[in-house]
Amino acid sequence: MESIIQFTNVNKAFNDFAIKNLTFEIKKGFVTGFVGANGTGKSTAIKLLMNLLQPDSGEVKVFGLNYKDHEKVIKQKIGFVYDDHVFYEHLTLQEMKNLIQPVYTQWDDELFYKYVEQFQLPLKKKKLKTFSKGMMMKASLAIALSHHAELIIMDEPTAGLDPVFRREFLNLLHEIVQDGEKTIFFSTHITSDLDRIADYIVFLHNGELIFMHEFYTIAEKYVLVKGGLDLLDPDTEKEFIAIRKTKMGFEGLSSNKGRVMQLFGDLALYETATLEDIMFYTKKGGEKGVSIS
Amino acid sequence: MQILIAHNSKEPIYEQIFHQIKKSILANELPAGYALPSMRNMAKDLEVSVITTKRAYEELEKAGLIYSVVGKGSFVSEQNIEMIIERKQKVIEEQLSQAIKNSKEIGLSLDELKEIMTLLYEEMD
Repeated sequence: MESIIQFTNVNKAFNDFAIKNLTFEIKKGFVTGFVGANGTGKSTAIKLLMNLLQPDSGEVKVFGLNYKDHEKVIKQKIGFVYDDHVFYEHLTLQEMKNLIQPVYTQWDDELFYKYVEQFQLPLKKKKLKTFSKGMMMKASLAIALSHHAELIIMDEPTAGLDPVFRREFLNLLHEIVQDGEKTIFFSTHITSDLDRIADYIVFLHNGELIFMHEFYTIAEKYVLVKGGLDLLDPDTEKEFIAIRKTKMGFEGLSSNKGRVMQLFGDLALYETATLEDIMFYTKKGGEKGVSIS
Repeated sequence: MQILIAHNSKEPIYEQIFHQIKKSILANELPAGYALPSMRNMAKDLEVSVITTKRAYEELEKAGLIYSVVGKGSFVSEQNIEMIIERKQKVIEEQLSQAIKNSKEIGLSLDELKEIMTLLYEEMD
């Protein structure tokens, strides 16, 4: 399968935070969710991907090209979907389009008006500053699709949107990937969105890659184990990323489902670990060693 | 073709899709040569990811139930349907033999066993 984005050993250090040896690939024609708690480096990674930041070392390639020699070609094929800041607020959508259109060699006017109609966006009657968050999202997506972007990058696209709009929005993403030519990469921490759309998950923690997998393999690898405290000793505790202990018993996350289920057998209770569980326990495990209370 | 997905089920979604299509094929509701929807189209209709339907189709292909033609899509296989049914019947016979053996051990009569089976059979519909 063709890779659209390639991060190879990317490092980027700030005073109090660093992206460390980030290596991953994003496949063409699929939807990849980019997850991690706040402040784990998602936005920095997206800036590196957009060439708004340059790595201290390592390489970022998009469409197999590097930014140093091919920035213009790459940028023509990327659609960055964002809910604010990008647009000039005092303009209408029509005026905004007129401003953006000349930048893109592949601009398709007919397509733009088709999406405006489909998304029910006001072209001339309203200024962008009066657009709701959902409308801004749609306007931004309409523009990205109208210049035939092959890679659509979105930073927290569904944050702050109501559930009805979120469902509609995810359906739209399904439509976009129908032809298998377009690739979507989006960061989120609304993990229920990922259930319905994400093919791959890139999970970042403290500037480091925890994993990059097909979404369904998470349920095959990770498991939430619950049981009595008597099951725990220094050896069995090693099987867990983190354990939460109370007087009632323990709850722990393991990334080695097969082994812990064999180890504890019928003595423990097993639950499918959600991405939220994995985010929570990975963070706690990193802070305090294995045990948390 | 009907597929119903339970998002909160313990069974992975690709397995739910696999089993339901398999059942339709074995019941001959989907005849040989029937063109399945594209993976991307099915993903959209079911509101699941493309990789999920892809995995389901891969499993169906591995089981010899469907085949894919590049650029054309996936189709229900011609061969094997009778063989699969025969194989399935064999499994049923084995399982029933086990049940009968267990019944005899505790002195359950044939009528009583039939009664249990009727009950269970109807419950599953």
